[in-house]
This record gives sequence, structure tokens and C-alpha cells, in this order.
Amino acid sequence: MRSVMPVLTVLLILLGVWWAAVAPMNIRPALDIAERSGSVVTPEGSVARRDVSVWVLMFQNASHMAGSYDLKRPRLPTPAQVGQELWKTTGAMILKGRAWSKRSLIYHAWITLQSTLWGFLLGASFGILCAIAIVYIRVFDLSVMPWAIISQTIPIVALAPMIIVVSNQIGIEGRGVPKAIISAYLCYFPVLVSMVKGLRSPSSSELDLLKTYNASGLQSFHMLRLPASVPYLFTAFKVGIAAALVGTIVGELPTGAISGLGARILIGDQFGNPMAIWAALFAAAILAGVLVSLVDATQRLTLRKMGFRS
Amino acid sequence: MIWLVSAVLFWVVMLALNTWLANSKLSGTRAVRICVPLIFGMTLLVLWEGLVRGLEISQVILPAPSLIAQTFATSVDTLWVDFHQTVLKGALRGFIIGALAAFATAILIDRSAFLTRGLLPIGNFVAALPIVGIAPILVNWFGFDWHSKAAVVVVMVFFPILVNTVQGLRETDAMQRDLMRTYAADYFQTLIKLRLPAAMPFVFNGLKIATTLALIGAIVAEYFGSPTRGMGFRISTGVGSLSIDLVWAEIAVSALVGSVFYGVISIFEKRVTFWHPSQRS
Repeated sequence: MRSVMPVLTVLLILLGVWWAAVAPMNIRPALDIAERSGSVVTPEGSVARRDVSVWVLMFQNASHMAGSYDLKRPRLPTPAQVGQELWKTTGAMILKGRAWSKRSLIYHAWITLQSTLWGFLLGASFGILCAIAIVYIRVFDLSVMPWAIISQTIPIVALAPMIIVVSNQIGIEGRGVPKAIISAYLCYFPVLVSMVKGLRSPSSSELDLLKTYNASGLQSFHMLRLPASVPYLFTAFKVGIAAALVGTIVGELPTGAISGLGARILIGDQFGNPMAIWAALFAAAILAGVLVSLVDATQRLTLRKMGFRS
Repeated sequence: MIWLVSAVLFWVVMLALNTWLANSKLSGTRAVRICVPLIFGMTLLVLWEGLVRGLEISQVILPAPSLIAQTFATSVDTLWVDFHQTVLKGALRGFIIGALAAFATAILIDRSAFLTRGLLPIGNFVAALPIVGIAPILVNWFGFDWHSKAAVVVVMVFFPILVNTVQGLRETDAMQRDLMRTYAADYFQTLIKLRLPAAMPFVFNGLKIATTLALIGAIVAEYFGSPTRGMGFRISTGVGSLSIDLVWAEIAVSALVGSVFYGVISIFEKRVTFWHPSQRS
């Protein structure tokens, strides 16, 4: 609660900077439009204006400044324009009863969310299994761990178009599976690392205590190591779900997908519609926020039930 | 068939060797720690080669490592041009600008506890967003050449480094800061002699995260328009024209560059934060 005011202040500052940046970013196209509609603009002609800096233009044409805040295809839209576009493609669609239309961001967010969740499930379970193997089998620890680290230095997006072509060739239709693979690849690593740390977090005296109780290996795993790793696991889940979303969106970007938030960005780029890009970007940000806070809430609930002090 | 059998045989033998090495008395030594992952990696390559040849998978779907190595060797010129465009011009310049900007911002913001408290949650949140989606917008703003790629990289690496630096700057405890005060150190002396060194493990953590992000940003931005060179350009056109072996060669380069980049940052980290417990072993 203590940080509500500071966060709001920083947000307001960011919004202010954004809003102030709109005028210099958009002044040139705004002046072009004003000139075409017959207003007097100094200097005349867009070619003459090209050599004049935007600050001079803004100073000389102060009366046309408002135009940069009201463009159809702005280089930088105002926060209000982005908000309107978001509402037009989500809330307004629901009111019209067309929430699942292909023009609605809810539909695209749902497509992205599905792949994200599948990728998260895949990546998290793979990470957990590998972590258990690493903790219990020494060969695994020595041989897999270094490669897991190296695998993170590979920019996976380089593989995104590849994965899609390959999975097409071996007969997997649709783009859900390749996208899920990419997001699984991005999210297994944080889970793996945290889980290894968590499973190794019980001290040797605790492990010894269980041994004096004559607990079997399996028992000491699910009574001591597993519960001890839960806080680490949830921290990793928060990073992992965000990474999975990034993976899905990147998987949609360079591959000519037609549905999903990444595809909206791609299509907005190809059709020269910046508002679609901005709306999709913010929808992705909101989706990330919702997912992370969901994991966060689950974490608090679980840890309280398990008796961890939070 | 012979390929398949020998690959699997090789795998079994190497697995046995690795298991023996890992469980033997030598397993703590440096040599074994380096050997075991190397053998594991080699086994993967041999298995890949054997499977591709044994199952007669088309080279268009999944080229064998030997073919990729061949392509790599014959197209060094192309790869070098792409490396120069994407890594040296786009990723590296963006990384340096972004890191410096984040560092400066962190130090500025650190003077106000109010802003620091407000910035950390927002910075953490932004660092988790799919920022790479801004690539088409920035390509539109800065043009097709490396400037737009560097801009994407700047935005992508800024927040992880910023958040980590801000967090690191708060790392010193009250006792240490009080000690500096008894020495009559002013703000800048405290900053340079105590707080910046204490922040370094965090800063390097941010820098390491940023190395991969920088490459990702530079490559993805090239999917939205680039001059006719660059790794992202080559990958997207290579997939389209089914020269998959060249695409794999580019991927090999990117993996190599990513590892070297990360390694260089790690070496610097070792030099700078030699005092930190995680560096002693």
C-alpha cells in the first residue's frame, strides 16, 4: 500500500512524457493535412519543411498543433487514442454482442492465451522433471545443466520460422503447436533453475533428521524437498508465464499467422495501421499483467495454506 | 539402417562413459566437469546426424549437422556480412546505449526514495512485457537500416538493467552507510566507493539478461524490414526459399554469438565482483 502513491506518480510522469512527445512526432503529417485543407503553413510545401526541425515547425505553426493530436494514422498516437481503440476492439464489441468476431481483440487474446498456457504447461513440467533429474542423478547434473544455460543464450526467435516450417512438414496442422513449443522453450529455464535451487534448499541437518526417522528416498522427496521448493517454484512461475507470453507473441510475429495478438501487430504493420499495433501491444501488456497477478494471488494463497510466513 | 544402429550404439556407449565419469572418484575435478557436458553435446550431434541419415529425413526439413557445417564453411562471407549488420551494428550499439541510459537513469532516480519505490514495480512489469512487439513501430520511425534495430534493442534492454541497478543501489545496509557518514563522505563518495560496488552483482545480472534480449531484438526487428543483409533477413528469406541449411548456419552463428556475448559479460563480472560470495568457490 505504501507504494501506491509513488507508482501512480511515476505512471503519471510516463503518461505526461508520452503526451508531450506526440506533438513533435506528429507535427509533419499534421501540417501536411492542414496544408491540403487550405490552411496557411510556414514554410509552405512538405519538401521545404523536410529541412526544418520539428521544434521550429511547432513554434511557427502553433495554431496547427492540435492537429497532431487528432490524426487518423499517427506516428505516435496519444494515450487517449490508444484507449479509444482498445475500447472499440474490446468493450464496444462485447456491447454489440460480437466479442468473438475476428475484429475483436478478445478473440485474438484468447488465441494467444491458449498457446501461452499450453506452452507454460509444457515448459514448466519439462523444467520440473529436469530439475528432479538434476537433483537426483549426478550425470544429469554434470551434462544437462551447462547446456541448459547455453540454450538460453540462443535467441530462440531465430528458430521460430524454422519450427513452424518443420512442424508443417511433419504434418502438424495449424500454428498452435509450434507457438506452444517456442513459449515452452522460453519458460522452461527459469522453472528449471528455481526448482533445482528449491529442491536443494533443505539443509543437510533436515535431510539427516528424515533419515533418522527411517524415511525412504521417496518420502523425503515429497515430505521435505517438494514442499521446500514451492516458494521458489511460484517465483519461477511468475517469470515463466511472462516469458511464455513473450514466446507466443514472438512465435506469431514473423510467421504470417492471422490470429493472435502478435498477428494483429504483424497485420497492423503490413496494412499501415498503427492504431491496430498499439492496441494489440497494450492488450498484450494487460494480458501479461493479468497472468502475473493471477500467479501471484495463487502463490499467496498456497503459501498461506502451507504455513509459510509471507 | 547402419546409421541408425551406430548412432544409438554411440549414444549408449557415451552415456555409460558419462555415468561412469560422473560417479567415479574424479567427478569433482575440473577436467571431468568440462568433459561430461562436451561428451553430452557431441552425443546429441551424432544422434541428430544418425537419425537424419538413418530415417532418411529430407534435408529440406532437417539438415544433418555435417551439411550445416559444410554450408557454414562455404558461406562464411554471407555470414560475416550478416553478423556485421545485425550484431555489430544493431545489437551491440543498442546494448551499449541502452545499458548506459539505464545506468544513468537508475543513478538519477536513486536520489529520490519516492521515485525509486514507484519505479521498481513499474520497471518489473515492463521488463516482463512482450516489448519486442514494438519492432514494427520503431522500424517505421527510424527506417530500415541498423538504427531501428538498435532502437528496439535499447528499449528491450533498458528496463531489466534499470530494475536491477536500482535494486542493487539499495543493497547496502544502514550500518555500512553510517560508517561512510562517520568518515564524513558526501553523497558522491558514498555512491562511488560503497554503493556502486555493492550494486555490481545486480547490474551484471541485468546485463546478462540483456545479452540474449539484445540479439532477439535485433533479429526480430529485421523481420519487419531490413536492407538485404542481416541475420533476421537471411533467416526469414531462407525459410521462404527452402535453403534451410543456411538458416541453420545463421542459427549456429547466433548461438555462438549469444554464448560469447554472455561469456564476455561473465568474465567482466568475475573481474569486477570478485569479492562477492557467489564468485568464490
